[in-house]
Amino acid sequence: MAEYQNLFTRVQVSAPVYPGVPLPSGMYQRQGKASLNYWLGLIGDTQVGPFYLGWLGLASLLCGFIAIEIIGLNMWASVNWDPIQFVRQLPWLALEPPAAKYGLGIPPLQEGGWWLMAGFFLTASILLWWLRMYRRARALGLGTHTAWAFAAAIWLYLVLGFIRPVLMGSWAEAVPFGIFPHLDWTAAFSIRYGNLFYNPFHALSIAFLYGSVLLFAMHAGTVLSTTRFGGDREVEQYMDRGTAVERMALFWRWTMGFNATIESIHRWAWWFAVLCPLVGGIGILLTGTVVDNWYLWAVQHGVAPAYPPTVPAVVDPATLTGAP
Amino acid sequence: MNCNSILRVTTLAAITVALLAGCERPPVDEKQTGYRGTGMVQIDNPRTKAALQARNVPPATTPAVAGDAPLAKDVYQNVQVLTDLNVNEFIHQMTAQANWIAPKEQCVYCHNPENFASDEKYTKVVARRMIQMTRDININYKQHVADTGVTCYTCHRGKAIPDYVWFVNPGTPAKGLTPGDSGQNRPARNVNLTSLPYDPYSVYLLNDNVARVIGNTALPTGNTADIKQAEDVYAMMVHTSQALGVNCTYCHNSRSFKEWPSSNPQRVVAWYSIRMTKNMNQQYMVPLTEAFPDNRLGPTGDVAKINCTTCHQGQPKPLNGVSMLPNHPELARIKPPPPPPVVDPAADPAAAAAAAEADIAAAGAARDAAAAAAMGTGGA
Repeated sequence: MAEYQNLFTRVQVSAPVYPGVPLPSGMYQRQGKASLNYWLGLIGDTQVGPFYLGWLGLASLLCGFIAIEIIGLNMWASVNWDPIQFVRQLPWLALEPPAAKYGLGIPPLQEGGWWLMAGFFLTASILLWWLRMYRRARALGLGTHTAWAFAAAIWLYLVLGFIRPVLMGSWAEAVPFGIFPHLDWTAAFSIRYGNLFYNPFHALSIAFLYGSVLLFAMHAGTVLSTTRFGGDREVEQYMDRGTAVERMALFWRWTMGFNATIESIHRWAWWFAVLCPLVGGIGILLTGTVVDNWYLWAVQHGVAPAYPPTVPAVVDPATLTGAP
Repeated sequence: MNCNSILRVTTLAAITVALLAGCERPPVDEKQTGYRGTGMVQIDNPRTKAALQARNVPPATTPAVAGDAPLAKDVYQNVQVLTDLNVNEFIHQMTAQANWIAPKEQCVYCHNPENFASDEKYTKVVARRMIQMTRDININYKQHVADTGVTCYTCHRGKAIPDYVWFVNPGTPAKGLTPGDSGQNRPARNVNLTSLPYDPYSVYLLNDNVARVIGNTALPTGNTADIKQAEDVYAMMVHTSQALGVNCTYCHNSRSFKEWPSSNPQRVVAWYSIRMTKNMNQQYMVPLTEAFPDNRLGPTGDVAKINCTTCHQGQPKPLNGVSMLPNHPELARIKPPPPPPVVDPAADPAAAAAAAEADIAAAGAARDAAAAAAMGTGGA
């Protein structure tokens, strides 16, 4: 215990291999035998497995594999099948959605058809994985909080790649598959719609994002700092506050006048994490469909302040007669 | 210190170095250019700036010549463009040009030494058109080049082919069932290693597209620009920013790239530059395609073309903003419009050239008026 108070896990949590709680009879049983792994023990539990794959997991992995294959092979083709260039340029490579001229139609494979197909399989994979999470939680008698938190992320994914493009009537509105390309797409999206900074749902989403980080740091810091008093035994302390909880509660009352409880802090964290993609998705959904220029929207609604001019006002030269 | 701590310190140091490897060494100069708190700041690295300034000092040239002398066209044969120069001015210009463009080969880079009047070398045909282009810029695009103007040297810098020209980049086209690279998603230096479209020049500096994608109204009222077009604009702006060595906020305000009234006056200058560059490519470079030999053409058989970097070469004002025109007024001379040609211009190249110059001068006057209005008072 004396070593278990650090920023890094220095004690291996190791016990004889344990198959888990008994499952109801008739249910698909677990795959493989469990084993112990020292390296995983450094960051978590030493025990690996047993796994539960099942039909949903298998179908999800298959769909995910197909999607990654389509994306990867298209990227590889874009560097003329050169393996070295594929590795070197990988962060830049992409599979682009169809051009706007195809609307919501099905384009030829080489002009966005592959993108559509990859999107279909990736979405199928994600939705199947969601179902698997939900059903595994139920099978163990758990609540479905994790599945609904994952659903919040899936909502943002679907808004970006499916719901909004459908409302806009064009697959071209969707995000490319690629590391840098999807980031540059994000910047271009903000530019096209007059600066997403002025989208209040974007602002809320960022508040929840940063809030999640802050809460995570506060909670993890609180628990780690009280492990010497048994503060990491959170679950027991829901019902029976020990000296660790008294100390952590007092610490926050001293420093900010109020403390969450050892149970409510997890509701705070769950809602902050879920609301981040939830409101973000709303912000994206409104962009282009309901609002075309967020800066002008913010000016109209008194969100964007007016600043005194510091240079003589210039005129759009395209509006002048005789402009080239 | 035991082995373990030495290893740790070394690892930490290595990680720090790796993380900072892409950074410029501080300090940098920051100059506030707008209202406080709006992020309107121009950032310059004084060391980079000094190196650029040292590299971009214009060469010393001989002063302008004056005096009465017969017109060059009456003394020499086949003078089609510099018809308004007297012999002294003509020689002054020819000598300067040789030093600016072919300092080693000199006259014979363009001329047949046996017969200077001959057009047999393609370089002479190109040079003639380039002189017209330079005059067009200096006379008609003052909204961009002001009175500083340009000379051959602004682009050429002692080389027959300027260091920074561009060709259409065909990329990896779609083949069979594979989509190719869609004209983007490559580690392209000209768009600052982003995955943005690597050939924004063809879009805005060769073809008639307008780099405007942001809507004029808060709610949708028919702006159909899509995000791929926004990426084209973004790529073009990255190029401009790199060519001039400036931030976005050198021209734009930080809150809305679109809004003109709160933009810096430099944005107007840049706006004219995009049109100027496109016009130069369309009117001067592309028609010369046939004149060039194959080995001077690009991968798709297109002629070398200009973009912002061709002149600017990393500076907000090329050649440290120093004008070379005081010594070379021949390149900015406004000729009085000649009487309408009596002969068929198609049959007489000299008359066609003169008519073209007259058109240039007339079109320029209208644009001057527009620029003066755009800049407002003290905007320049």
